Amino acid sequence: MDFLTRLGETFLDWNKIAEVLPSMFAVGLPNTLVLAITSGLIGAFAGLILALMGISRNPVARWAARVYTDVFRGLPAVLTILVIGLGFGPIFREMTGSNSPYPMGVAALALMAAAYTGEIFRSGIQSVDKGQLEASRALGFGYGPSMRLVVVPQGIRRVLPALMNQFIALIKDSSLVFTLGLLATERELFQIGQDAAARSGNLSPYVAAAIFYLAMTIPLTHLVNYIDARLRTGRPEKKEPDDAAAVVGKGAQA
Amino acid sequence: MSEFASGTLSAKNIHLSFGSNHVLRGIDLHVPQGTTASVIGPSGSGKSTLLRVMNRLIEPDQGDILLDGRSVLKDNPDELRRRIGMVFQQFNLFPHKTVEENVSLALRKLRKLSKEEARSEALEQLDLVGLKHKADSRPANLSGGQQQRVAIARALAMKPEVMFFDEATSALDPELVKGVLALMTDLAKGGMTMVVVTHEMGFSRNVSDAVTFMDAGVVVESGPPEQLFTDPRTDRLKGFLSDVL
Repeated sequence: MDFLTRLGETFLDWNKIAEVLPSMFAVGLPNTLVLAITSGLIGAFAGLILALMGISRNPVARWAARVYTDVFRGLPAVLTILVIGLGFGPIFREMTGSNSPYPMGVAALALMAAAYTGEIFRSGIQSVDKGQLEASRALGFGYGPSMRLVVVPQGIRRVLPALMNQFIALIKDSSLVFTLGLLATERELFQIGQDAAARSGNLSPYVAAAIFYLAMTIPLTHLVNYIDARLRTGRPEKKEPDDAAAVVGKGAQA
Repeated sequence: MSEFASGTLSAKNIHLSFGSNHVLRGIDLHVPQGTTASVIGPSGSGKSTLLRVMNRLIEPDQGDILLDGRSVLKDNPDELRRRIGMVFQQFNLFPHKTVEENVSLALRKLRKLSKEEARSEALEQLDLVGLKHKADSRPANLSGGQQQRVAIARALAMKPEVMFFDEATSALDPELVKGVLALMTDLAKGGMTMVVVTHEMGFSRNVSDAVTFMDAGVVVESGPPEQLFTDPRTDRLKGFLSDVL
């Protein structure tokens, strides 16, 4: 049983976990959420534009969206974050005087998220029945308004579960901004866990960070499943027989 | 007197090809104001495509389309389509919007009515098709027949001068067909100018003023329903009628 005790001491030292909790709540959690949510929103917006470019009739727009998506989906997250952060960081610093690695971290995460969400949006929009666009155009709406009012809203609704999964991935990937070097107040969950682990020589702070991540990602995963089921079946509503149909047209009896 | 501000629609020598597939080969169709023209023919004969060319969902390669005697090919196609209502085989209601929103969307966005005005006008249209009580339901909770009547209300709300029906009852269960045909009959009798692509030979014969029989992208025979149904002149129409009747 010796090794079990050792494992317990290494991973589940409750004192070490308790020590790290305050800064995880006060610093790590807000920072992780800021990184994930801002890059998620920017990435979703850029992804929607990429999706519309991807289905556009303009071959240049389609090609540009294709190349962008291939590049940013094809690179490891840590490489993109380092290249953007270290490459553009100094330029950004000179332009704005800001030392924070966050803007570049958010930019890198958003660039990657855009590539993934773009593909998600595109598949959603393309899954909308062609008759929807046709019906909208037949009413007199142009292509742009038809997409905006009729096709895109339906496409987005269908891919909400996939978008949520993408957001979960972003929460996890936000940990990689630690590679850019963070000030004490800028540390997110992973970095706080890592610092405390390094200081104490014990891995329990990592476990604390893991619990924080799981506390966010597991409920979100189940929310995804719920939304998915709800979208499939819809809200139940009572149907009634089509008896009114026979009365409406007086012409039928004529 | 007509209840509708209907117009006269003509298609002249319409040609259309998809690649090497010559779908429409010189179609002429004249639909005088307030009359109903039905277009019959086997599947793939170009009937539905003809409708889409006449409201310019598809641009013809050659030929002309006239509304009230004036060519509309140089007009903005979106504006032309506001003058021509269209009802589809698969209803094509917007599933993410309520029944009332389906009808009022174009009123608000295209005719620029306020939300309240658009809603009250939409409710009026829904009342005409007997579905005012379903205004706040989603299309998915309606039967096919109800959905198609909402689609008709949606098209009528734009106060079109011409109505197109593209096999409007083909996707319906048999017991729901009657209500939709009755509504179409009311419209025809009310003086709406209509072009009805249909497999309902009863409607074509009893309600329409003129029948056009298409096959393989050409008009094979056209004339008053009595003539076509009782005295078909071509073998192709004879064959078609013996298949469907």
